[in-house]
Amino acid sequence: MRFMMLMIPKGYETAAPGTVPDAKAVEAMMKYNQALQQAGVLIALDGLHPPSMGARVSFEGGKPKVTDGPFTEAKEVLGGYWMIDVKSKQEAIEWASRCPGSPNEVIEIRQVQELSDFPEDVQKAASGFQEMQAQAGQRAK
Amino acid sequence: MTETNTHRAIDAVWRIESARLIAGLARIVGDVGLAEDLAQDALVAALERWPESGVPDNPGAWLMATAKHRAIDQLRRRSLLDRKHQQLGHELEARQEEAVPDLDAAIDDHVGDDLLRLMFTACHPVLPTDARVALTLRLVGGLTTEEIARAFLVPIATLAQRIVRAKRTLADAKVPFEVPRGAELGNRLASVLEVIYLVFNEGYSATAGDDWMRPALCEDALRLGRILAELAPAESEVHGLVALMEIQASRSRARVGPSGEAILLLEQDRGKWDQLLIRRGLAALAHAEALGGILGPYALQAAIAACHARARTAEDTDWPRIAALYEVLGRIAPSPIVELNRAVALSRALGPAEGLALADMLSSEPSLKSYHLLPAVRGDLLDQLGRYDEAGEEFRRAASLTRNARERDVLSERAAACARKAASARTTA
Repeated sequence: MRFMMLMIPKGYETAAPGTVPDAKAVEAMMKYNQALQQAGVLIALDGLHPPSMGARVSFEGGKPKVTDGPFTEAKEVLGGYWMIDVKSKQEAIEWASRCPGSPNEVIEIRQVQELSDFPEDVQKAASGFQEMQAQAGQRAK
Repeated sequence: MTETNTHRAIDAVWRIESARLIAGLARIVGDVGLAEDLAQDALVAALERWPESGVPDNPGAWLMATAKHRAIDQLRRRSLLDRKHQQLGHELEARQEEAVPDLDAAIDDHVGDDLLRLMFTACHPVLPTDARVALTLRLVGGLTTEEIARAFLVPIATLAQRIVRAKRTLADAKVPFEVPRGAELGNRLASVLEVIYLVFNEGYSATAGDDWMRPALCEDALRLGRILAELAPAESEVHGLVALMEIQASRSRARVGPSGEAILLLEQDRGKWDQLLIRRGLAALAHAEALGGILGPYALQAAIAACHARARTAEDTDWPRIAALYEVLGRIAPSPIVELNRAVALSRALGPAEGLALADMLSSEPSLKSYHLLPAVRGDLLDQLGRYDEAGEEFRRAASLTRNARERDVLSERAAACARKAASARTTA
């Protein structure tokens, strides 16, 4: 099964544009990434620039409305993710527990949906989804 | 944490840690079988203690320390060589000085080398193939005897026996716990790759039983391959095998129909192919190619699989390139099965008659006598040529030869379809 490990660093919601983790933190994280890779479970990973460099599009009242970052009202924002392939949720939890996270960081573990998880009508509505993933290349680096 | 949760956590820890644990212990005690017993003892200790104490911060280090204590006890009791004893005590002290070893320590050390040694030992040629497979899944894959037995549809007792016998064989033959060097390396690596691919294939196209696929085995093989690619990054064929497995696995969802029936490559809904695995496969193939030298058999098969993966529709398939790749493959790894595949590629590139000419040359091949895919391919080509009676005959033969129930259904259906076409051809004539 595939799981996303979503890294949620507290404080990232107000981080200045261009904020990047320091070399020491990256070094520790690279060791962790390496451990995931050496165990043959790592499928994909990415880090995200802070929300102050991004934007949000909301649809209140049925119309798109753009808000530039930072999003002061946001309690939690993403800092990055790993996608791993493991046998169980427990194994994903075990891997997340090994992350050299700092006290302000939270990792949320979420299973990746497979088409087969859906009832037939949803599967039908979603047909062509994987073809789309192929064209967009969204699931791979 | 409830007791069930702790047990689940222990399962997960075991899956992550067991191979490194066994590998590290095997380096110290020089015996894979003993190492596994020690690791199992540590697991039992964890099952006893952790439900009360909670899972320790560094469960891997806890298991290793516990196993080493047991090792010292055992060695004392067995009064084995004093030298070995001292070495072990020394290692243990060294470990304890590190206090709580962090992730760095767990990754550094000899872990990589030890794991590689473990793979080579579990796949040692002194063992029969089925024992190599069982031992690799158990020692390196972290599977339980029950899981392996279930995956291979073998009684648990049989499989347990197989593992016990394999461990004894390794001990009796005094197989050293090492990575082979020089001329030996090539053959030994081939054995490791063969075992991993065997596991994959048993999952991908089950040779026996009612299910067309057993995906868990594919995943286990992929994981083993990915681990090996990290351990032996300079070996082109390792990346070739990983590429081949990633690309084949990318089709898993597309090759089984709603009622469990097999769907063959060219009929598959390519929208169901897993693009993430395809990309990983193509990247691994590029890696194998970038290492230079002549491509080996796995990389060539991966290159063939990549031709299919790149084609948006079955009609877009680059059959001339596939036929050419099969020809190269046939030269470095001659086999009637490769020739049979080349016949299929030729038929697609040039027409069914060309393919049939090559397939016919294979009908006298003794090793293909009871291989169901030869009549299946001949049936398909004869069908395309409108020779329905002969085609039906071939499909019936193929159906009687396959051991897979789902595949038998597909082949029987094709035989029936040929009979219908033959009948309607006769009425219109």
